[in-house]
Amino acid sequence: MSDIADRVKKIVVEHLGVDEDKVVESASFIDDLGADSLDTVELVMAFEEEFGIEIPDDAAETIQTVGDAVNFIKGAV
Amino acid sequence: MFDLTGKTALVTGASGGIGGAVAEALHRAGATVTLSGTREAPLRELAERLGERAHVVTANLGDAESVLALPKAAAEAMGSVDILVNNAGITRDNLFMRMSDEEWAQVLDVNLTSVFKLSRAVLRGMMKARWGRIVNITSVVGATGNPGQGNYAAAKAGLVGMSKSLAHEVASRGITVNCVAPGFIATAMTDKLNDEQKGKILTQIPAGQMGSPEDIAAAVLYLASREAGYVTGATLHVNGGMAMI
Repeated sequence: MSDIADRVKKIVVEHLGVDEDKVVESASFIDDLGADSLDTVELVMAFEEEFGIEIPDDAAETIQTVGDAVNFIKGAV
Repeated sequence: MFDLTGKTALVTGASGGIGGAVAEALHRAGATVTLSGTREAPLRELAERLGERAHVVTANLGDAESVLALPKAAAEAMGSVDILVNNAGITRDNLFMRMSDEEWAQVLDVNLTSVFKLSRAVLRGMMKARWGRIVNITSVVGATGNPGQGNYAAAKAGLVGMSKSLAHEVASRGITVNCVAPGFIATAMTDKLNDEQKGKILTQIPAGQMGSPEDIAAAVLYLASREAGYVTGATLHVNGGMAMI
């Protein structure tokens, strides 16, 4: 896993309190990791802060899985 | 009784009677306060009287850019905004049939839309801190209606529904959203009434007198306190029994 993926994983584990081995690329925040809609807003906020980027609302809506987040951030940093 | 040491509070409309008393009460409980309003002189005067832990940021809440800048300036001055008291409000009274689009829009902009935008802006910090208090000052007329105040009553009733919706969303994050609904409070605004008008009003108030800005401030202080952490989505009516709802 790349550095970005590791950092994303760490944030997800910390924020959602899930087991690390569950945070795979295909894992959906809501369906697989038990996040509610407000959790996803907070995750986006945490990503913005960690990577010093802005994630606009329409882009945030497309980030459904751990892999989506990694890919978006890779393109943005 | 309530200790707000280490907390930061933004109070809009702090140049008015109620807003000033609210800011003073929060400050006395130990909070750092940012006083906001359109007129700088009375804000400065109040800040000087309060001494330390008091900042001034002027803002016209009818102006979109000003609404955007205010929470940023407050967070810059204080480091965070833990408590937001949306007190600023204007009236543009007119009979419904004579009310202009402008009178309607101005009141809705300042009394309702700016509250939405200010609250949205401070939520990010509150979510991260897992603690926050939003207290919106509504009015008894938001619940009862009042002739000549179709715009004002609509905005104030709107605040209640907005507060309850937001309260639902953020309750799990330690953030409460409540309203305080004053009845008739003795301020510069009610000083303009003549004795006959005042007498008429008093007959409708079981307590037999108008309230004071301090009566409202005490209610806000309670809702802003740690002790009120389990109270959310509520409206606290402070009206001397004028409307028991």
